[in-house]
Amino acid sequence: MTTTHTYDALVVGGGGAGMRAAIELSDKVKTAVISKLYPTRSHTGAAQGGVCAALGNTEEDHPEWHAFDTIKGGDYLVDQPAAMLMTEEAIQAIYQLERWGLPFNRTPDGRIDQRRFGGHTAEHGERPVRRACYAADRTGHMILQTLYQQCVKRNVRFFNEFYCLDLLRDEDGTTAGIVAYELATGELHVFRAKSIVFATGGYGRMFRVTSNAHALTGDGPAVVWRRGIPLEDMEMFQFHPTGLARLGVLLSEAARGEGGIVLNKDGERFMERYAPTIKDLAPRDMVSRAIYQEIQEGRGGGPNGDWAFLDISHLDPRVIEEKLPDITEFARIYLKVEPTKEPVPIQPTAHYAMGGIPTDTEGRVVTGPDEAVVPGLYAAGECACVSVHGANRLGTNSLLDLVVFGRRAGDDAARHAKDAELAPLPDKPDAHVLEQLNGILGRTAGDNAADIRKELQDNMFDLAFVVRSEEGLTKMQSILGGLRERYDRVAITDKSALYNTDLMETVELGYLLDCADALVGSAVARTESRGGHYREDHPLRDDANWLKHSLAYRNDDGSIRLDYKPVKMGPYIPMERKY
Amino acid sequence: MATAAEALNASDDQRIGTKPGTMLLTVRVRRFNPEVSQDSWWDEWSVQCEPLERLVEVLHQIKWHHDGTLSFRRSCAHGICGSDAMLINGRNQLACKVLAEDVGPKVTIEPIRGLPVLKDLIVDMDPFMDEYRGVLPFLINDSGEPDKERRQSQEDRHRYDDTTKCILCACCTTSCPVFWGDGGYVGPAAIVNAHRFIFDSRDEAGRERMKILSEKTGVFRCRTTFNCTDSCPRGIQVTKAIQEVKRSILFERF
Repeated sequence: MTTTHTYDALVVGGGGAGMRAAIELSDKVKTAVISKLYPTRSHTGAAQGGVCAALGNTEEDHPEWHAFDTIKGGDYLVDQPAAMLMTEEAIQAIYQLERWGLPFNRTPDGRIDQRRFGGHTAEHGERPVRRACYAADRTGHMILQTLYQQCVKRNVRFFNEFYCLDLLRDEDGTTAGIVAYELATGELHVFRAKSIVFATGGYGRMFRVTSNAHALTGDGPAVVWRRGIPLEDMEMFQFHPTGLARLGVLLSEAARGEGGIVLNKDGERFMERYAPTIKDLAPRDMVSRAIYQEIQEGRGGGPNGDWAFLDISHLDPRVIEEKLPDITEFARIYLKVEPTKEPVPIQPTAHYAMGGIPTDTEGRVVTGPDEAVVPGLYAAGECACVSVHGANRLGTNSLLDLVVFGRRAGDDAARHAKDAELAPLPDKPDAHVLEQLNGILGRTAGDNAADIRKELQDNMFDLAFVVRSEEGLTKMQSILGGLRERYDRVAITDKSALYNTDLMETVELGYLLDCADALVGSAVARTESRGGHYREDHPLRDDANWLKHSLAYRNDDGSIRLDYKPVKMGPYIPMERKY
Repeated sequence: MATAAEALNASDDQRIGTKPGTMLLTVRVRRFNPEVSQDSWWDEWSVQCEPLERLVEVLHQIKWHHDGTLSFRRSCAHGICGSDAMLINGRNQLACKVLAEDVGPKVTIEPIRGLPVLKDLIVDMDPFMDEYRGVLPFLINDSGEPDKERRQSQEDRHRYDDTTKCILCACCTTSCPVFWGDGGYVGPAAIVNAHRFIFDSRDEAGRERMKILSEKTGVFRCRTTFNCTDSCPRGIQVTKAIQEVKRSILFERF
């Protein structure tokens, strides 16, 4: 039995971006949030190091410097007006979080304290600058808690443990609603709304080594992709240099912001060779590639020679205790290493999707090179591509993105919901989802979803990670084809209606396969190296041919069609990226 | 203290995390599925795993390769999201912060206590979240908003630091014998979250919260058994926070 709900606005996803949008919406129109997790479980809470804004609380800083760093850090694939807007609005966004109660660390005179972070500089790359506002090394946790607290205060309506399985659009393409699955009961729900904001987060779980939660399976991008929306710059994935070895659990860049350094197995601080000016505080893509090169040249440590080491043992123990407590605990618990005494084994870890659902700066989803607005459809946070991160996101800018563009998407979604009419639902709106679920539930024997997921993760790690090539990526395409065929034969053992996580994990695997298709398809076509996308067969950036955004569409037969749109330029002329 | 270079040159065997070989872990789980039976039952599996494997990943191996019906919540898998609180060898812990070698060769896993079990290790969190919402868990300050940030001294910021760490996993509340009782106690987690605002110099509604917590379902139900402090995966001094709220209420004479 499918229940139908009607709201003015619906937010899909209860993380930072979704809750920020919901706060903006709920003051203005009838709003609901559906979230597959209890909102406080969202992965925004795993962000550690900080959120940048040029407050200038500890030294001179300007939004314009922040914008330049963001654009250069993104290897010039950033839409420059969007980055300038974000870095301007950053200041009020941070003050707002503080006024909502976020417990930032403080300067001696009681203002929000700020620290250094990778790629954030003064005077256009002259020297590192203290720009990251932080709450110990649990800044994301505090943002998530603060936003949830504000939702509680406003009595925002949450539907927890509801999974989004389909987007409903009318014949003109106007947004009509979504179909959701209630985990507790196995029942389907149709949510009708005039405005729908997707804020479902990333899809790092397609890689074997990732900092991402199990829940990060690209639900939003895959759902809209299946309904004709393109995905932008999917090849641009960030590999964070300091994941805990083997596990990929994030060790914040704040460790380096506070003075930590990266070593090879000889104990050499090798970033001095790769980025002579800012060394260990070079952007993440560069440090990850440097680690890869050290490993290639035989200077990696560990049993397979594929580790580097993060050393904070020379820092004042009080700094570690007060500013980096969580990551210290991660090393102690998971690797049984004592970071105050010895270097911590690290490996680059799949961390953040720069690409995603294309939007403008109002959070409106736009399609095609001419950026036609999809009426009523919005996206914000990691699942969206504004694009403010371009080919490589700077540390802390993800949290900034979700508060700035979560707010903007919520604001415009409220405006739209006030003016628009509800779009008609298609006949039998749940038919497609029922067919999909009954297909999985109906098979008594077939392929094992966990095996398919493992092969996806292992191969994406081997073939589409820090270093890529045409040979590897085309091999990955053919592997994906085989995994897709097997996915269509998947059978599960849990047939129950209540809390069927077996069924939902299988649906999520389908989303991961879609996102991997789009990522690999976009990556094989981009015959250059830019930001997080490094092609060893095309090691240089090629602005003449590739200073443009990829748009991947899904054809009806499951194949991919690629299109492109220009990068929105501004005052900054692309130059060689040196640090 | 070993220098960085010395530590780096330690042999791989000395680096736990690369410890070779696997161990056999017997995992005993209390199961429940109302679609199958109104009674719970026990299942047991023996799983080969790395000594440093997280228990949540051992549960995944069981779910993915032995019994897909085994149901539990999890997300971040590194102790930040608070999804996978379970009663592990008699103690409330997050399954992602327990390693196989710490509990082997045999581990018993049950759902956390005091909340209705819905399926296997999944409990109804709504009563827990209702108690949280009841303590006004948001900053209240009606004195007008400054143009920039509100100032707060480092000392004032430090005053409530510990209770900002709460991830609402329910390890504390569901380890409390008073909470298991008649259900008339808000529980440690709600008090921790009230503490976080009562002791925040920017907040103005401390008295209102203390009034709520001075009622008969409030802090004075606490019998100082310290289960909450022992079980907190974030290391919050929960009992201390409760005592501080008690003292404030007595001092303020509610």
